[in-house]
Amino acid sequence: MQITGSIARAATQRTRWLTGGLLGALAILILVAYARAPQATTAVLTSTIRQSTPIILGALAGIMCERSGVVNIGIEGMMLIAAFLGFLVNVWTGNLLLAILGALLAGGIVGAFHALMAISLKVDQIIAGTVINILALGFTGYFYQQGLTTQGKLVPVEIPLLSSIPLLGPVLFANPPITYLSLVLIIVIHLLLFRTRWGLRTRAIGEHPAAADTVGIAVNRMRYINVIIGGMLAGLAGGFLSLESVGSFERNMTNGRGFVALAVMIFGKWTPFGAWGGALLFGFANTMQSQIQFMQNRLPPWLAWVGQLPPQFIGMLPYLLTIAVLAGFVGRARPPAALGKVYEKE
Amino acid sequence: MRGDAPVVLEARGITKRFPGVLANEQVSLTLQHGEVLALLGENGAGKTTLMNILYGLYQQDAGEVLVRGKPVRMRGPSAAIRHGIGMVHQHFMLVPVFTVAENIILGAETSRGPLLDMAAARRHIHELSQRHNLAVDPDALVKDLSVGQQQRVEIIKALYRNATILILDEPTAVLTPQETDELFVIIRSLTAQGVSVIFITHKLREVLALADRIVVLRRGRVVGETRPREASERSLAEMMVGRSVILQVEKQTAHPGATVLALEQLSLNDDRGQQVVNALTLDVRAGEVLGLAGVQGNGQTELVEAITGLRPVRAGRVLIDGQDYTGAAPRRISESGCAHVPEDRQEDGLVLGYSVADNLVLNTYYVAPFAHGIVRDGQAVLHHAEQLVAQYDVRTPNVTTSVAALSGGNQQKVIIARELSREVRLLIAAQPTRGIDVGSIEFIHQQIIAARDRGTAVLLVSAELDEIMALADRIAVIYHGRIVATLPATSASREQLGLLMAGAQPEHL
Repeated sequence: MQITGSIARAATQRTRWLTGGLLGALAILILVAYARAPQATTAVLTSTIRQSTPIILGALAGIMCERSGVVNIGIEGMMLIAAFLGFLVNVWTGNLLLAILGALLAGGIVGAFHALMAISLKVDQIIAGTVINILALGFTGYFYQQGLTTQGKLVPVEIPLLSSIPLLGPVLFANPPITYLSLVLIIVIHLLLFRTRWGLRTRAIGEHPAAADTVGIAVNRMRYINVIIGGMLAGLAGGFLSLESVGSFERNMTNGRGFVALAVMIFGKWTPFGAWGGALLFGFANTMQSQIQFMQNRLPPWLAWVGQLPPQFIGMLPYLLTIAVLAGFVGRARPPAALGKVYEKE
Repeated sequence: MRGDAPVVLEARGITKRFPGVLANEQVSLTLQHGEVLALLGENGAGKTTLMNILYGLYQQDAGEVLVRGKPVRMRGPSAAIRHGIGMVHQHFMLVPVFTVAENIILGAETSRGPLLDMAAARRHIHELSQRHNLAVDPDALVKDLSVGQQQRVEIIKALYRNATILILDEPTAVLTPQETDELFVIIRSLTAQGVSVIFITHKLREVLALADRIVVLRRGRVVGETRPREASERSLAEMMVGRSVILQVEKQTAHPGATVLALEQLSLNDDRGQQVVNALTLDVRAGEVLGLAGVQGNGQTELVEAITGLRPVRAGRVLIDGQDYTGAAPRRISESGCAHVPEDRQEDGLVLGYSVADNLVLNTYYVAPFAHGIVRDGQAVLHHAEQLVAQYDVRTPNVTTSVAALSGGNQQKVIIARELSREVRLLIAAQPTRGIDVGSIEFIHQQIIAARDRGTAVLLVSAELDEIMALADRIAVIYHGRIVATLPATSASREQLGLLMAGAQPEHL
């Protein structure tokens, strides 16, 4: 026991060193790039953060659900419905704060619906998630009217002083509100899961609900609340798309981001910071593919062949990356032990 | 702790029904301050149901529970915990990937501000483990602990919640004899400090060794109460079963013949890819029972699966009658005359949705007389089943009944009948009597000895040392995937086997 304990500790030590080393190498790489092309580097990193925001919010939604033992593949649908309702509130009231609340509420309601199906009605949780995805596509497609206009979208807020730091300032401290919120939420949810009573209990019901039950924890009630919180986070991701990123609604505007969020959640081993790493990677790939298409005719000679590729192939880049990342990591990631299992007492 | 001590917990006329079963009928019992009350009964006698009611996991249909003289309604485990009742379940209620400290505080956490106060928790755990002599490392992960250590964590978990009434459900089922002795010392020191203990078991020796009072349950009813001084293993067994039972298996000396099963330097991985059997060599001869003793999880399960073709072999060879069957298909191995009574009868031994008759031909349905080419002969299957049901005393309404509807003992008899009703050279019996009634145990033991006397080589894998000692001619002890010793059954003692099972080196004994 002592021996295995120290091996485990040594292993975490090694992972820490490895992560530290990787982050250091990355920082050096960014600095070198910044020294050679400051504007392009800043633009790429800013775009990376923007692109990763809906992904990390969706992944946080997944983490809250799955850590409590409920599979949620309906994040895509939750995002889409919330994006739509947030947009409608913006159209009707012109008040962006109300619009965000509308998106949160929509996500929470769809989350509650998922909880009802998965926990109380004991529907297979994959099917329940699929129902939500199909419902979202049909619902938003049916009620969407062309030509609705809004008075505006969420705009970047520069934080005084901090935003004037070179490189870091424009990338981290000149963002619109939901992006800021997503960065704060990564830390908040990390602390919630691993340092608080609620988090300990949430992880327990996702690993061994019977054990939690025997110490007096209301398993299903806690699962409901976690799935609803997850729904609201997905709702915020939807709100980001229609209120901050694009500023209007389009059919199927989530375009698979909910599923990428799931992949990122698994990549990050169901932890907020791990998922953030995955989300940034995806955001970066997405940025690069648009950059490459944008710079098609100005590529250096050794990359000229890339410009010859049909743009559809370049557009695949982020998704290919997702597949590669998942194929490389899923096997080693361990999901919560009670994931997808209905808890029944007798 | 004798007669005049105050009653801390009382059950009055508890009745609990499950669909089709009366699990508890008018059960009454009392627990006095500082005593060990043994609750004795066969599997399915209703012991665990009763305890789950006392702990608030089930609600009784009738009757009441009194804690220190006051009637209470246990609406859930939190109510029971509030009243000072703690329970250590048969299957531990610990989260494997959590640390010891996290498991202990779960549901009774202390916080400083919004965050958990792990330092305070660690201090409290340390203090408890000092006071009760229960050594644990609060920062170890539970999955890295031995079963005995996990049990200690469970006990501290109850004490952390200030439990003064402790229910232990079959606590010795997974322990070595030495760990059992340690547990008894712990229980004694707890009662000396005023904790009252209900100890659930079906092992007679333990009851006599530990209990102050004994209550016997049979078919959901209290059938008697006694004290160890006034009881013997025989009298307790009779109370438990309701008739006189033969505790000793009658058998003649074995006459071992040629080697039938030979394992050569066998190495195996478990499902997670960890090596669990390590260059293991073992042979079993015709006409002998080789008992494989060991604490659960030392590679027995994987070993049985590899012999019967259900698990790939990493290295080494499996020989049956001198022929190489390493990595052969299960059917080929079965057709070589190898019978398999699997560890988990419902998962691997039977197709629960099928009838008794169909389950009886699972290994022969594709040959005559049960099939002609691709056409099944239903009549032959039914006829065969009727014969076997009579011969093996399977209690079933008829042979077309779904096997899921049978009791555990009768399900096991169906498997034994199927496996032994043909010409068998080798019998692999894994936990053949786990969780079944004493009557069926007797019958199955007789069948195993009868097979041996017909010249079958028997490999008996069992977690019950008593079963190994009763049946085996030779005993091999497995520890961490290796055979640490092989002894003739006549010269092996419980203590010696217990030490070997815990990893002691044979030369030090």
